[in-house]
Amino acid sequence: MSTKLIYFAWVRERIGKPEEHVELPAGIETVADLLRWLKSRGEEYENALQYPDVIRVAINQEHVGHREKIAGAREIALFPPMTGG
Amino acid sequence: MAGAIVPAIRIQHEDFDVAAEIAGLTKGRADIGAVVTFSGLCRDEQGALSALELEHYPGMAEAEIGRIAAEAVARWPLQGLTVIHRHGKIAPGENIVLVVAASAHRQAAFEAANFLMDYLKSRAPFWKKEHRADGTQGGWVEAKEADDHAADRWTKPRE
Repeated sequence: MSTKLIYFAWVRERIGKPEEHVELPAGIETVADLLRWLKSRGEEYENALQYPDVIRVAINQEHVGHREKIAGAREIALFPPMTGG
Repeated sequence: MAGAIVPAIRIQHEDFDVAAEIAGLTKGRADIGAVVTFSGLCRDEQGALSALELEHYPGMAEAEIGRIAAEAVARWPLQGLTVIHRHGKIAPGENIVLVVAASAHRQAAFEAANFLMDYLKSRAPFWKKEHRADGTQGGWVEAKEADDHAADRWTKPRE
């Protein structure tokens, strides 16, 4: 199943695209697994996800922690801490 | 309790009119005794900023502010609540965000507006990028730890 990944702010700039569809390999169960796998996909991902702890994640447009399971996620967004308001 | 109010939430590039938004909540009613408004503006401290560019996550921005607003409605006896957050390029001195909370008494309105802003800062999916007056591109504004602490204080009494 293809999963839509969306990136914002400096995560988007460093990865070099606003979104993409990926086929997640077997064994990617949690948000932390996803970040680890993405980081291994190339230099741009390594740059964006160098410090995975600071990356905030939303599944289907709701905030989740890094231990959250990603099974069934249609849309996963990765972004820096928010600075609105 | 009588039916809970439905907060009005708008994510838009266009500016807003604070007086018109207050009137929108209070017009034709006599049961509102207090309206608290908070406006957040684009600030330039040293004349170095030409604009802030606010990126947002369409869909989630509305949804997340909706969740925060619903929490405020559940916690305080509000008679009206409007939240507007702008996106796109915003010049120093212009409005960025508006919260209008209406209630029978002032305390609920003050607290709800304060709560809304603390949560918007740390949970609403918006990111500010600086554009400098000298034409160079500035960086992304960094999140402040103090903003997370400000949001945390609303959860402590409940734990």
